[in-house]
Amino acid sequence: MKYDVVIGLEIHVALLTESKFLCSCSTAFGAPPNTQCCPVCLGLPGSLPVVNEKAVEYAVKAGLALNCQVHTFSRFDRKNYFYPDLPKAYQITQDTYPLCTDGFLEYYIDDELRCTAITRLHLEEEAGKLIHSGSSIVDSEYSLVDYNRAGIPLIEIVTAPDITSPRQARLFLEQLRLVMRYIGVSDVKMEEGSLRCDANISLKPQGSPVLGTKVEIKNLNSFRALERALEYEVKRQSAVLERGGKIKQESRTWDERAGRTLSMRSKGDAPDYRYFPEPDLPPLQLDPAWVNCLKDTLPELPLARLRRLEESYGLSRYEATFLVNYPDFGDLFLELAKAGEDNTALVNLLMGDYARLAREQGHLAPGRIAELLRIVAEGLITHNQSKAVLEELFRSPLSPREIVRDKGWEVLRDAEQLRAMVQEALAANPDIVSRYRAGEERLWGYLVGQVMRAAAGKADPKVVNELLKEELARG
Amino acid sequence: MRELAELLQTGQVSSTELVIACLEQIKQTDGVINAFLTVDEQGALEQAAQSDARRARGEALSPWDGIPVAIKDNISTRGLRTTCASRILRNYHPVYDATVVERLKQAGLPILGKTNLDEFAMGSSTEYSAFGVTKNPHDPARVAGGSSGGSAAAVAAGQVPWALGTDTGGSIRQPSSFCGVVGLKPTYGRVSRYGVVALAPSLDQVGPLAKTVEEAAALFSLIAGEDPRDATSAGAPAFQVPRWNAAVVQGLRVGVPEEFFSSGLNAEVEAAVRRSLRTLEEQGAVLKPISLATNDYAIDTYLTLVTAEASSCLARFDGVRYGERVAAPDANTMFAKTRGAGFGAEVKRRIMLGTYVLSASHYEAYYEQAQRVRTLIKLEIARAFEQVDVIITPTTPSTAFRIGEKRNPLEMYLSDLYTATANLSGICALSLPCGYDSQGLPIGLQIMGDHYQEELVFQVGRVVEASVERGPKVEV
Ligand SMILES: [Zn+2]
Repeated sequence: MKYDVVIGLEIHVALLTESKFLCSCSTAFGAPPNTQCCPVCLGLPGSLPVVNEKAVEYAVKAGLALNCQVHTFSRFDRKNYFYPDLPKAYQITQDTYPLCTDGFLEYYIDDELRCTAITRLHLEEEAGKLIHSGSSIVDSEYSLVDYNRAGIPLIEIVTAPDITSPRQARLFLEQLRLVMRYIGVSDVKMEEGSLRCDANISLKPQGSPVLGTKVEIKNLNSFRALERALEYEVKRQSAVLERGGKIKQESRTWDERAGRTLSMRSKGDAPDYRYFPEPDLPPLQLDPAWVNCLKDTLPELPLARLRRLEESYGLSRYEATFLVNYPDFGDLFLELAKAGEDNTALVNLLMGDYARLAREQGHLAPGRIAELLRIVAEGLITHNQSKAVLEELFRSPLSPREIVRDKGWEVLRDAEQLRAMVQEALAANPDIVSRYRAGEERLWGYLVGQVMRAAAGKADPKVVNELLKEELARG
Repeated sequence: MRELAELLQTGQVSSTELVIACLEQIKQTDGVINAFLTVDEQGALEQAAQSDARRARGEALSPWDGIPVAIKDNISTRGLRTTCASRILRNYHPVYDATVVERLKQAGLPILGKTNLDEFAMGSSTEYSAFGVTKNPHDPARVAGGSSGGSAAAVAAGQVPWALGTDTGGSIRQPSSFCGVVGLKPTYGRVSRYGVVALAPSLDQVGPLAKTVEEAAALFSLIAGEDPRDATSAGAPAFQVPRWNAAVVQGLRVGVPEEFFSSGLNAEVEAAVRRSLRTLEEQGAVLKPISLATNDYAIDTYLTLVTAEASSCLARFDGVRYGERVAAPDANTMFAKTRGAGFGAEVKRRIMLGTYVLSASHYEAYYEQAQRVRTLIKLEIARAFEQVDVIITPTTPSTAFRIGEKRNPLEMYLSDLYTATANLSGICALSLPCGYDSQGLPIGLQIMGDHYQEELVFQVGRVVEASVERGPKVEV
């Protein structure tokens, strides 16, 4: 039988505020353990939370960027569960009245535009980090806990179950990451845990309106893991269904090394979080004018930029996607394109050697890139030489023109000088010349190459071509 | 207290002398009373010496600079043991001061020590303390009330001029009533809860206990007002001791809710309260019979919400980060054993009840239902204050009961019958002595005022106080 795959995602994004969600401790990553704590984020008796306005601002921005309805009234709730990484033994979150609901995110699968609904987006606090001496808390001789992370603001984003393939799930998450990066609310690094994703997946007979039993997959630490784990689940669940078996409603964990999911706990073991309204915090009431103001400050989002690059700058989907996925390159492109540089030459430069060099060493000043493009356009140097100048630009503080002058890289255009080189090349390769004349036209390139080599790559290829034609014709 | 302040101001007495006198009184009486869990003799003497030095330089921090104070032991004091009268926090030394403690220190008040309470403030007699019962200074065979029994008894026994307590359902007013002192449950949010170990955050408030209304008002003026560290105190006004004016009772509309004078109310208590009401009437107040029918549901509502919130607030005490730990071969057993040994029976009972009422399958029937009733109570109180300026009731149905008399927890819970409504609705309420019963035990009268109406409540309290004859002197 064929099955429809139904996937929904639950995503956590750590917000990039300078201080924590409910106290004023720093959120900087990588500090020595337990140095960024206070009575509040340690949950010491009597301490009380106070909401960081910046966290609310970032969450609202995220909601707006995901086309959500931002509620001017939302409320905090306690989610009670006992674990040593949770200092108060409850997490302050939003359950009944979340900050944002009813959004969507559009993204491309190849050339097809897809839209995934966002059910809700809410604020909550991060737990601490546990390191066990054994493999888990129950079989460890000791466990270490770092509360630096405890209390960092998170947003939880829940999608509707309208993703239909593992690849789509990955593309959605990549687009979401891009949006978060564009609006600057998070550094969204899966490897550092500032972007995390759990997936719910179920299978149903193709076309059936009845949803199958869903399985939750946790511990997805990379985009690849998300896609692989979902692919594995599709196979596993299809096999179970094919055998006439039933899918158990459960949580499963992705084992990266073994490349499979393992059962963690069944529905019956699911904890009862005993949610209730957080008595220590008044409801969150937002000024609609403030929300509108935030809306106006949102930057151009990835999809809009993609369309603009294609439509207004004539770039291909491939080029535009590159510039969108690397927003720093996109910004550079737009700045230089605005200054009147040739779009094609510009995007070719940025996506070529420049990309490699800039990723290693950081970007060049836009003015120096513009000058490089200009001296190529003017014919001061050849396209080939521009690569050497580019390399040099990353090494030297000089301008492109200065580099060309210092290195003596100006294009050789002097006909007499070049003619001598052409004649020398022909004289040195009588064999090739006679074969070319006999009809082996592909040897033309070889002859050009010989001249270029003699000119140390600086010869103007147009002039060389003309001269070569003349000399060969001369017999 | 004004006298004390004047004596300090004129140099006729020093803060050090006051602290020594308090310490002396504690030494003589606390063997019987057991009001203090920790006496910080050295700390108090140091703070007193600093106060005296300030006074000598003419740099007193407040008119009350140098007058010692006692703090209920569920309020965090930096470096000074804060046990909540629980074994699980037997040796817990907070790393920070509660805002109220910080404010008292900023006003120059030496902290004499920490007073006894029912474990985690769960109780109405201080019998549920893990460190012994606090006795009533008027009759050591009787309870001091609770949960702020230690603070009330310490003030009543002359061990300290004034003290801080906390009130979640009556925990300042009921022991004040039993011990014959004045105690205020402020409007919810008017005093910072930062550093107060939570019992039920939506109901808890810190308040003053003192010998007189004026003293209670003075201590309240030092702690009231918004605290940026407590979001529920946002917008709360500060408080200044008012110019006392007995004329406020002229034309004052006094609500007298029939439900608070019904069966179950001790006749002598009723007589004393009615006598005070008549006095007010004679001075120009207008008594208005009103109905607060929702009060019948106050205790059930209160217990549901308190146990729910407490079960969540107390879950952190696991022996990992602070407090007492019971060793065990593995983590889960350690948590279980620590909590089993660290908490007393009443605390365990409430944690279990609270966990039950919050569980997914019972949430709607209990917690949510209680929230609905709480809304009705708030509405009824709001409507009442459209008709009256204050509401006067007995503080408790009876005077102090005997130690060990109330064995059934449900009976104990009824001690809060007249007081829980103020917490549920968030209004302020003052308890002050209005007479004595035939056994010489103090009777408490409660004056409830609308949100932020502490000044009016104190003004009326002072008029009632002036009309009450001084009762039998406390003999310890
Ligand atoms: Zn902190």
